[in-house]
Amino acid sequence: MSSEDDFMSGMSSDEDDVLQESENEEGSADDFGFDEPEPDLGFSQKEDVQKKKKIFDVNFKVYQPKDIQAQQDDLIDEVNMILDIRKEDAAILLRHFRWNKERLIEDYMDRPKRVLEAAGLGTNVAGPPKLEVIPGFCCDICCEDEPGLKSFAMKCGHRFCVTCYNQYLAQKIKEEGEAARIQCPAEGCKRIIDAKSLDLLVTADLQQRYHELLTRTYVEDKEHLKWCPAPDCQNAIECGIKKKDLDRVVPTVVCDCKHRFCFGCILSDHQPAPCELVKRWLKKCADDSETANWISANTKECPKCNSTIEKNGGCNHMTCRKCKHEFCWMCMGLWSEHGTSWYNCNRFEEKSGSEARDAQAKSRVSLERYLHYYNRYANHEQSAKLDKDIYNKTERKMTQLQSASGMSWIEVQYLNSASQALQTCRQTLKWTYAFAFYLARNNLTEMFEDNQKDLEMAVEALSEMFEKNVQELAEPKLKVEIMDKTSYCNKRRVILLADTADNLANGVWSWGIDF
Amino acid sequence: MAFASKRLGKELAKIHGSLPPGITLVTAEGFQEWLLDIQVLDANPIYMNKTFRLKFKFSPSYPIEPPEVTFLNTADRPVPMHPHIYSNGIICLDLLGQQGWSPVQNVESICMSLQSMLTGNTKNERPEGDEQFVASNRRRPRDIDFYYHDNTV
Repeated sequence: MSSEDDFMSGMSSDEDDVLQESENEEGSADDFGFDEPEPDLGFSQKEDVQKKKKIFDVNFKVYQPKDIQAQQDDLIDEVNMILDIRKEDAAILLRHFRWNKERLIEDYMDRPKRVLEAAGLGTNVAGPPKLEVIPGFCCDICCEDEPGLKSFAMKCGHRFCVTCYNQYLAQKIKEEGEAARIQCPAEGCKRIIDAKSLDLLVTADLQQRYHELLTRTYVEDKEHLKWCPAPDCQNAIECGIKKKDLDRVVPTVVCDCKHRFCFGCILSDHQPAPCELVKRWLKKCADDSETANWISANTKECPKCNSTIEKNGGCNHMTCRKCKHEFCWMCMGLWSEHGTSWYNCNRFEEKSGSEARDAQAKSRVSLERYLHYYNRYANHEQSAKLDKDIYNKTERKMTQLQSASGMSWIEVQYLNSASQALQTCRQTLKWTYAFAFYLARNNLTEMFEDNQKDLEMAVEALSEMFEKNVQELAEPKLKVEIMDKTSYCNKRRVILLADTADNLANGVWSWGIDF
Repeated sequence: MAFASKRLGKELAKIHGSLPPGITLVTAEGFQEWLLDIQVLDANPIYMNKTFRLKFKFSPSYPIEPPEVTFLNTADRPVPMHPHIYSNGIICLDLLGQQGWSPVQNVESICMSLQSMLTGNTKNERPEGDEQFVASNRRRPRDIDFYYHDNTV
């Protein structure tokens, strides 16, 4: 690790050096801005605090459940005012138009009747929804006709008793997870039940579930909104990246819960590799990696016909089932040259043997190439997990350090930063190997590999320092080294990602396969 | 079961009173499983002089949930040939699925729908992939996602 001391001096002081170039690019990233102005919910101050934007960063906003609700309410209020219709109806119309307010207003202005019909709102009869007792009423669902039976009908006039309505809605909400498009129970009636009628008909727990599901459809209906996939996280992220942009950008977003994920495919952050590549790589790994590893470890190829052979008996005298070639499992040479000395192959230098081994090596190049990248990919994944274990011990370490060295809480935070740098850098490194697997070899690839090498060396060095025990960590010299290395790692990561993102945006990478 | 049995009791009373032509009740013991026979009344050559047996299975939440309806295959009651009926008796019909079902439907209306589904059919054939479906299917009809792609038959 001492070999890197030369480029560390002075690095941590001016972080902006490497970022300057990328800052000019901010304008281009704004192209992925939002189509419609969103209500300001007081997030702007927060954005100012966020760290400076880099070329590979995309614009995004994090919304909490109450913000999502507020957005819906605002849209509903707006439509309610402009079109002068009930709020419940405005909500149904908006959901029908997948929350595209402009299209809804335009269509409604043109032909209101048709829009209402299509959204299941049909012809209007005034008055709020209410339960009624109609003399002589018989419910078509339960065939009940006792006097005093409470019943309900939406504006379509299909009347059912309260019990049946309740059962029906419970089934739809609880069992089928429906909310925004629950239709009237009558056969063929497309009328959709509104929130106010529903609240009248079901118990409080179902009402709550119903509103949860409604909120969910809002996020699911909007192309620019996605749920944070972290377990138990209820936030949604807004990002303007469209599907067609995904071969040019890797839209990594960070939720308030700290989860970093790709807005394009919802998988964990996979910069610098684009989504399509990630999809292929994961599929390939799922399909091939175990098999490939096993083939590599347990089989050899017949030196004559290249059939893959697994040794299943104790003897080294192999006879290929396909071509009947006889060879030695140990040295791969001709069996006929082994005379009677079989069982203890001492023929390693034999010409036929070394030729056979060369040929074997060549035929395994593509397998070995894949395993090269896969093993490094998997290694970073594994190491990140191990680093995380250490991170979990960091807090304890930091408390120990505070008492051992007399440092204050703020002074030991460098360990926290180091740990976070390790996690993000390993995540990036991991995906550089999947990325490299699909790259065709040229000058750009070599620059990429240099960047990869620099980052990897720095990360491994930091990881090693990070494992030191408390006594050593307490030394001011190591602390400075860790801080320097942390900042260096982050910097190398930024350089690597900026470079790859730039080339991706300009479409100059050449791939070994077609996307 | 109270919910389903009340309604089924009323349906049964009505069925005992009268049923449309071509539909007869075979057994209705308890409120879990009923058998009914149906016949096609016009001169459709595919179904002429044949009687088909339907098995209805009701869940406790019937009629909120649709019943499970299949054709039985016995010596004198074959499974009718139809591009939406598999040879094991499973029927692909939207009104029997959760999406197409309405609690207003009942045993009689289902029988009539099936009757007219047969009456209108001119294709003496099984659904595509029938053999494979029948060999591999272990699911109950309600759990199968039929793709109602063809509403012409």
